[in-house]
Amino acid sequence: MLEFIGLLLLFMVIAAIVAIETRDLLAAVISVTAVGFGVIIAFFYMRAPDVAIVPIVVEVLILVILIRATLRVGLRTFIGNRDFFGMMVTMAMLAVIFLAGIRVFNDFPRFGVPVMARIVDAPSRFYIANGLKETGAANIVTAVLLDYRAYDTLGEATVLFTAIMGAIAVIRKKARKKTTEPEVSEWEE
Amino acid sequence: MLYALCFLLFMVGLYGVLVKRNLIKIIISLIIMESAVNVFIVMVGYRKDGIAPILNKTMQHQELVQRAVDPVPQALVLTAIVIGLGVTAMTIAIAMRLYERFGTYDIQEIKRLKG
Amino acid sequence: MADKGMTPIVKTITGWVKGFIMLFGIYIVLYGHLTPGGGFAGGVILAMVFVLLTLAYGREEALRRFRIGVASELDSIGALMFLVIAILGIAGTLGGKFFTNYIAKANPGTPFELFSAGIIPLCNIAIALKVASSLFLVFILLVLMRVIHDPREKA
Repeated sequence: MLEFIGLLLLFMVIAAIVAIETRDLLAAVISVTAVGFGVIIAFFYMRAPDVAIVPIVVEVLILVILIRATLRVGLRTFIGNRDFFGMMVTMAMLAVIFLAGIRVFNDFPRFGVPVMARIVDAPSRFYIANGLKETGAANIVTAVLLDYRAYDTLGEATVLFTAIMGAIAVIRKKARKKTTEPEVSEWEE
Repeated sequence: MLYALCFLLFMVGLYGVLVKRNLIKIIISLIIMESAVNVFIVMVGYRKDGIAPILNKTMQHQELVQRAVDPVPQALVLTAIVIGLGVTAMTIAIAMRLYERFGTYDIQEIKRLKG
Repeated sequence: MADKGMTPIVKTITGWVKGFIMLFGIYIVLYGHLTPGGGFAGGVILAMVFVLLTLAYGREEALRRFRIGVASELDSIGALMFLVIAILGIAGTLGGKFFTNYIAKANPGTPFELFSAGIIPLCNIAIALKVASSLFLVFILLVLMRVIHDPREKA
């Protein structure tokens, strides 16, 4: 069980390295989707079916958008990183961050012991014990999402709305200049 | 150990963001970082031999109290995934605008062309 | 990109499965408080139905069924519905707080029934509307609304 999640994470790391280092952009996009599906399997194994349903569709959507929107025939491929000296500094900084970050995990509880197990009056325990009685929802994740912590969901809706509005604002200048399709002009007004 | 592997995945994404020149590669690295953070948050709430925090009619409530995994990280990750898609769409839109303006995805060339 | 859509095989299969996928999405939304799922999961599945239609039949056919104006209106309606549900918690005689689960307090209902958890199913429907129309808008925006062209080609 533990080994399985470890292997899965290893697979995800390899897929991520392939996605970043490969020259072919199509292969990179497909590899990043492999990372995403590794995440989904990890969610299922960590007993989070609520969370696992969403990224299945989201990954496919990201794949389609990335392929259709950014890649095109005859795209000039180029390799190479930023300049050599800057890259060396970056690598040194990354190594320092990684080695310092590893230390943090010494203070974490072992994998398999949630943080709420060590705290007597953790909110999660309260939600699990009283969720059904207080909200009537058998799915405790939904009870947390839409009743106990509904402010988070409201903020999420706001952020999603803002991100979509930002994307429209970035894209639409071009569409206004050359309105050829009738749908576009209808939508612009 | 598993936390460290997850952190390594995050660092791979960070490396891509800092080192790569291609805008598409940078977006891909951002997606990888986001996945690593999501997995990490769910890992923090995992309980060994746990069950999903969902009741059904045949289950005793006491069993859920003793064995359920932590529901709060799952709820947070659920919102974070959808926000991540919105942010990714925004970055792709910006990348498309930049390509249209400068004709390349290379950020160094974009810097040079901008003068 | 091919606006005419894909081969007849893909079109036929899409015609068969689109209803089932939509039904599954609606089921996930409505039973979100009892089984795994909820507004987010159901919303992305509903958005995916239209993405599938767009990819299979081409842009005109999909936009005929679900116009962009309708999508942006549904997006706003979802957000507004969520807020109105929250604000009714202040206005009502029960609780008097933002996001109070006033229906569950007034009429608890039996657990494990469809109409049980007060405002939670209503919030699920609102979020599903919002997420589905947002993702469809993103897809249409980034994939179909434009043809990338190279400024050097024009010169």
